[in-house]
Amino acid sequence: MRRVRGPLFLKRGSYRRRRLRDAARMLPFAALLLFMMPVLWAQDGTVREGTAGDGLYLFAVWFGVLAVAAAMAPWLSSEIGAEDEAGAEGRGSGEG
Amino acid sequence: MPFNLLVLACLAYVAFLFLVAFLAERRAAMGRIGWLRSPMIYTLSLSIYCTAWTFYGAVGYAARSGLEFVTIYLGPTLVFVGWWILLRKLVRIGRQQRVTSIADLISSRFGKSNLLGVLVTVLAVVAATPYIALQLQSVTLSFGVFASGTPEGWALPNRDATAIWVAGGLALFTILFGTRNLDAKEQHHGVVLAIAVEAVVKLVALLAVGIFVVWGLGGGPAEVFERIEASPVGLWEVQPGRWVGLIFVSAAAVICLPRMFQVMVVEDGDEHHLARASWAFPFYLLLMSLFIVPIAVIGLERMPEGANPDMFVLTLPLNEGQGGLAMLVFLGGFSSATSMVIVESIALATMVSNHIVMPLWLKLRPKAAISGDVRRIVLLSRRLAIVAVLTLGYAYYRMSGGSAALAAIGLIAFVGVAQVLPVLVGGLYWRGATKAGAMAGLVTGLSVWAFTLYLPSFGPDAVMARSVFTEGLLGIGWLRPEALFGVEGMDPLLHALFWSLALNTLAFCLFSLLTFPGPVERMQGAAFVNVFDEGGGPQGWARGRAEPEALLIMAQRILGEENALALFAAEARAQGKEGYLPDATPDFVAGLERRLAGSVGAATAHAMISQIVGRATVSVEDLMAVANETAQIMEYSAELEAQREELTRTARQLREANEKLTQLSVQKDAFLSQISHELRTPMTSIRAFSEILTEGDLPPELVANYGRIIHEEAIRLTRLLDDLLDLSVLENGSVQLNIGVANVQQMLDRALAAAGHTRPERSFLIIRDLPAENIFVRTDADRLVQVFINLISNARKYCDAAHPELKITVRQRAGKLSVDFIDNGSGIPKQQQAIIFEKFARLTDQTRAGGPGWGWPSAAR
Repeated sequence: MRRVRGPLFLKRGSYRRRRLRDAARMLPFAALLLFMMPVLWAQDGTVREGTAGDGLYLFAVWFGVLAVAAAMAPWLSSEIGAEDEAGAEGRGSGEG
Repeated sequence: MPFNLLVLACLAYVAFLFLVAFLAERRAAMGRIGWLRSPMIYTLSLSIYCTAWTFYGAVGYAARSGLEFVTIYLGPTLVFVGWWILLRKLVRIGRQQRVTSIADLISSRFGKSNLLGVLVTVLAVVAATPYIALQLQSVTLSFGVFASGTPEGWALPNRDATAIWVAGGLALFTILFGTRNLDAKEQHHGVVLAIAVEAVVKLVALLAVGIFVVWGLGGGPAEVFERIEASPVGLWEVQPGRWVGLIFVSAAAVICLPRMFQVMVVEDGDEHHLARASWAFPFYLLLMSLFIVPIAVIGLERMPEGANPDMFVLTLPLNEGQGGLAMLVFLGGFSSATSMVIVESIALATMVSNHIVMPLWLKLRPKAAISGDVRRIVLLSRRLAIVAVLTLGYAYYRMSGGSAALAAIGLIAFVGVAQVLPVLVGGLYWRGATKAGAMAGLVTGLSVWAFTLYLPSFGPDAVMARSVFTEGLLGIGWLRPEALFGVEGMDPLLHALFWSLALNTLAFCLFSLLTFPGPVERMQGAAFVNVFDEGGGPQGWARGRAEPEALLIMAQRILGEENALALFAAEARAQGKEGYLPDATPDFVAGLERRLAGSVGAATAHAMISQIVGRATVSVEDLMAVANETAQIMEYSAELEAQREELTRTARQLREANEKLTQLSVQKDAFLSQISHELRTPMTSIRAFSEILTEGDLPPELVANYGRIIHEEAIRLTRLLDDLLDLSVLENGSVQLNIGVANVQQMLDRALAAAGHTRPERSFLIIRDLPAENIFVRTDADRLVQVFINLISNARKYCDAAHPELKITVRQRAGKLSVDFIDNGSGIPKQQQAIIFEKFARLTDQTRAGGPGWGWPSAAR
């Protein structure tokens, strides 16, 4: 479906808000990458005494990710409903 | 710790939960929802993700496989931290479409297909049954720990009795608080609050044990850290496949588990609450897992050889003589098990009643959609389903004998419900996903999962013969359940996860690509995928063929009388019509369908509406939208359509007004002749008797008698004039009201006594609800009594039933009082309802009338 496109460039405020939404989408992937680190460490073949160190790492990363999410949550919450979800955002693929 | 004390504490705790639920329900019923719907309660209710399996089992898991247990929490963390991507859409759709369960969501997305709903329901029940059994087992096990007196003892003399008591109690609680309301959007506040309380209890319990272990037994964090490194648990090495696979499967499960869907989407679908929960719920999980490793390590050090690590959380404090702490832990475990079972059975019961029982019932009795008492049937079927689900869980527990093999069931169930994920995600983001694809995907996933993981979990020769394990199905080598297509040496769980989801997704995509969706399916697809674009999707109901009355009657059966009436009246007002019956515009019918779907599920609501409106037809505009998605044409035709409807509506309003005026003019003439007649009668007798009196020569008793008649007639005349005056005063809007406090019951008593003189020869059965009437209101008592008198005497005059009855009901709602007078007469015909509040109207004289017809107008004011 052809849609009416929004303006090509945005004002500073709207631009920031778009990027905030982008960040919200990226966060879980960044978190996933960090949570996968123990797998990479296990690849090097040397036997490591893992639980304590890995555990400390995992909990630290976990806490950090949640801190970022908590910092973004109020901003995102105010985005709900107020936004024009259309425009440059991906709106789900058309049916062809 | 004496066992009896434990039972007592347990009962007290249960009683406390009942009280909490009861108070919450009462508060909600009074309309003071307030914090009952808040981000905090929402977050806490999500914690039913942590069942007894994670409460007790996590430590055992850590003792056996080191840090791997965290994956069960990391998956949900990713999903919630990424709420903007998936959960937000899910919650928005859930609210917009009034989704009642995950089965309802899937069925609704793919053209309201009930078959899909049935499929998801079956999958959910099959996956959940062992899981419920697991909860029952954990409660009996923890009872057993106390009962045997020694921490390692597992023998509880009456193990089955414990389980059956627990199951019975849970059924009672769930039925009491889970099936009060029909509309899924009228949340179960009681249940949710009880679950939130339980969430706090289990977190506090686990943290308390953790703190006791780290600082009480372990000697501080630093020393505990060294001990972990020194213990066998510390030698853990990550298994990359399982690590990734478990994170994935737990992420899938948190989206697809029926109970998670229930609290996440159905109970409180508010995106702002979700925003808070996006970090608060993972934080809860973090706290829950913070002390798991230390408890496992210290437990392995201090507990005797061979003690079950699954029970360390409980046995460790007991072993150290901390009875109080052990009791807290017991309640925590109890909370985890009960809250899971309660919500799970509500969710499953909703699915079973909406997708299996109701469609069957409608099929067997098609007329029932219009005339039967659907509401009662739905609630009854939901209650029975709750009992059935718990019975299944209990039966499974008995059958499996509460074996240790149950512990693996948690993950098996996770993989089972994950089969919904491809269809769910595909349905949310891909408009090309079709019903046939969804069906193929689900059937494939379900059967591969059952074959490779679920059935083998019972062990060889239990369900599947041993030969199938070694030689494959039908002797075909590459159909061995644990080495499908010759893939050997893989972890069985991963093996099943990989093949079931891969084949599931493959079938889903392939069939979606090759089949063509029906119109309803395509419109639902667009409404789901583009949920953020516009409010509500296109609707498929043809214009104006439904009788609003039929719709109202059906809606009343499901939503309840008052709700349905309010809904219809609001719509009628929005359409600019008087009265309570709106036109059955496509928009209204579609909205009504969504509303009904909130009670009985999309597929059933669709079927019921179809029985009244006829087959779901697609309008020309909708077809154009589907065939040739040209935005301009859609917009233009929608505009034209709106204008046309506006014109039609205005024309109809004019016509109605015109008819009313004509009728009124006729009635005015009739009224004038009537009123002159009414005034003339007393006048005539006054004149006649006064003439006789002036002639004199009469016996005194006759004089007195005639005088009395003249007096009475004069009074009647005055009253008639007063009434007329009343009317004109009210008409001019300059009424002097004497507002005071009055008792409704007393006013009704007065009115009944006064109206008793109207047609006294008719014996009326008056039905009243005295306690409900005993209310004080601020009003002008005299005028209100007059209104009551008018209504009652009207009923006495015109009720045409052989055994006339008058029912007076008093209802209080939102600070307003409504008094209904309902007689069992034939009622006022619909076309005349619009004019009864007009001054001079009196409908066709069936009985001889005794009044000029101004009772109704003053009642309306």
